[in-house]
Amino acid sequence: MSLSVSKLNSNILIAENRRAAPEFSQKVRVLCWVMTQPKHLKSRTQHIRATWGKRCNIVLYMSSEVSDFPTVGLNVSEGRSQLYWKTIRAFQHIHTHHLDDADWFLKADDDTFVVLENLRYGLSKHNAEEPLYFGRRFTPFIAQGYMSGGAGYVLSKEALRRFVKGFADGLCTHNTETEDVGLGKCMETMKVQMGDSRDVLGRQTFHPYPPDYYLPRQTPRPRPWYLIYEHYQPVEGPGCCSDLAISFHYIDAVQMHTLEYYTYHLRPYGYKYRFNPNVKIQVRQEKRWLIQTLGVIHLKRKELLYV
Amino acid sequence: MMSEGSSFMKGMVLGGIFCLVMSFFENFNSGTHSEVHEHLHHHLKPLSKDELEKLSESQMSDLPLQVRVYCLIMVTPKLLVHWATANDTWSKHCDKSVFYTSESSKALEAVDLQEQDEWARLRKAIKHAYENAGDLRWFFVARPTTFAIIENLKYLVLDKDPSQPFYIGHTEKSGELDYVEYDSGIVLSYEAMRRLIEMFKDEDRCPERGHALWKTSEEKQLATCLKYSGVFAENGEDAQGKGLFNKKSVSSLISDSMGQNPADVVEACCSDMAITFAGMSPSQMQVLMYGVYRLRPYGHDFHDSLTFLPPKDSDND
Repeated sequence: MSLSVSKLNSNILIAENRRAAPEFSQKVRVLCWVMTQPKHLKSRTQHIRATWGKRCNIVLYMSSEVSDFPTVGLNVSEGRSQLYWKTIRAFQHIHTHHLDDADWFLKADDDTFVVLENLRYGLSKHNAEEPLYFGRRFTPFIAQGYMSGGAGYVLSKEALRRFVKGFADGLCTHNTETEDVGLGKCMETMKVQMGDSRDVLGRQTFHPYPPDYYLPRQTPRPRPWYLIYEHYQPVEGPGCCSDLAISFHYIDAVQMHTLEYYTYHLRPYGYKYRFNPNVKIQVRQEKRWLIQTLGVIHLKRKELLYV
Repeated sequence: MMSEGSSFMKGMVLGGIFCLVMSFFENFNSGTHSEVHEHLHHHLKPLSKDELEKLSESQMSDLPLQVRVYCLIMVTPKLLVHWATANDTWSKHCDKSVFYTSESSKALEAVDLQEQDEWARLRKAIKHAYENAGDLRWFFVARPTTFAIIENLKYLVLDKDPSQPFYIGHTEKSGELDYVEYDSGIVLSYEAMRRLIEMFKDEDRCPERGHALWKTSEEKQLATCLKYSGVFAENGEDAQGKGLFNKKSVSSLISDSMGQNPADVVEACCSDMAITFAGMSPSQMQVLMYGVYRLRPYGHDFHDSLTFLPPKDSDND
C-alpha cells in the first residue's frame, strides 16, 4: 500500500482507499438479488440502487414485473403469500443465467442495508464450492435452524446448485409461505451447512432489525420479542454488533442514506479503531496500548501502519 | 453696495464652516463602519493535507499538546437521559469533560453551580473551566443534546494558536451581531476565554443579569461580551465550505438533502469531518457513536498524519 499524499477532499480520499477493496471484489464475487415489487421501486428500491446496490458484482432487482428500473420479472404475483415462490423463482433464474458470474449469492429485502466489503471479508475465508449458507441464525421450526430473511442471507455456489436441484428432483417443495423458513428447510434437506457469521469477538454481523434495537445499553433482562428466535446467546448494548457489520433490516429511505453516510463518509480524523479483525495483530496492538500513554502519537511519515 | 457684499461674505464663511463640520461627522461614522465590515464573513477551515505534510518534525510533535480539549457540558436534571448519554458517549473523547448543572442529581456527577439563570450559569462554568484548565488550551461548550466528534474538532483547530482569540462554531447574524449558535456547540481558545473573563467584570457592557425587560439568549450575550473584547465569531467549515457544526440531527439533514439533491443525497448533505449534530434522541446518539467510531467497510484505510487513541475504559468506541 503506497503512502502517497491524499488530498483532504473526502471524495478523493475514499476513491483512493477503494483501491484496497476492488482486488477483493474480483476474488470474492457476490451477486445480490433484492426482493422487491412495483409499488416499492420509488419509495424503497431506488435508495438501494443509489447506495449499496452498486457495490455488488451483479445486482438484480426481483419483482413480479419486468421494468426499466431495471427489474427482473418473475412469473409470480405480489403479496406475502407469494414470497417463497418469489425466492424459488429468483434463485432458479440466477442459476439459469448467472451461475458462473459469481461465487456467492446474497438475498436481501428492499429495506435491508448491506455493507458489501464486510460481506466479502467474511466470505473470503470460505470456499464457494462447499455447500455453505450464512446469515443471522434463527432456531425454531427447523432442526438445524435457518437464516433470517430480512437480515439477508448468502448461499455459496454449491448451495445454490443444491437448492435448484432439490426443487428439480422434488426433494424440496413449496411447503410454506415463509420464505426464510422454507429455504432453510430445503438447505437442511440438501445437506447445506449452516455457517457462523459472527466476528472474531463473537459479535453479530447480520441484523434483522435496525441498529437502535440493539446498541442502546440495557440492564440484564429476559429476551425481548425481537431476540426470541436467536440461535446464539444474544448480547444487548455495544457488544451486539460487529464493527464490520454486514446488514441491518427495516431500514427506511432516510435511514438507508444515513447508514451510507455513517459507513462510508463520516469518520473521526486520525482515530485508531479498537477492533482489528485479524486477531494476531489485535493482541499485539493491545500490548502496545499498555505501554503507550493516553493521548496522541505522532506517526513518522515513513512508517507503515498495518490495520 | 458694501452691506450686500459683507452679507455675501458672511454667507460664504458660514456655509464653509457648516461643510467642514458635516464632513467631520461623516468621517467619524465611516471610521467605525469599516471596522465592522472587516470581521464579517469569517470562515475557518482545517489545515489541508499538503500543509500538514509541510510541517517540521518538531512542529508535529508540538501539535498533540496544543490541541487538547476541555469540554464544558451544560446540563439540567430535566435533561437527565441526554446527560447520561453524553456522559456515556462523546464526552469520553474530550481530554477533560466537566458537567455543569443548575441543580445536582443523585444519578450523575457534575459541578453544581446552583444557578437557575442560564447566562449566569454559563459565566460561572466558563470561569471554573478556565481556572481548572491545567494545560488544556481549547474549550468546547455544549448542551448534552448536542453530539460532538472531538477528533474532528481537534483537526479543525490543529494549526490555530490558542494564545490567539478564537470563537468558532456555526455562525448566525442578529442585526449587526455575528454569534455562534449554542445548539451546534461553541469552541473557544484559551485567549478568548481569558478576554471573556476579563469582560465579565464590565457590568455595563457585559452584565451578569440583564437590565432589559426581555431576555437575550446566552449565545447572543456571549457574542456581545466577546465582541467587546475584540473576539469575533468564525464559521467552522471543511475544505469544500460545508459547515462542520450542525444544529440539526443527521436524519433531518439527510431528509433535507433527499428533497434538495435526490441524485447525490449523502455527498450534498454533510461533511465527512463533521463536528457536531444536535436534536437527536439518546438512542440515536448511541447509534451515531457506533456509526462514527466503529461501523466501517473493511479495507478502507486513511493515512492521517496524526493518530488519536481511543479512550480508556470505554466499550462503545
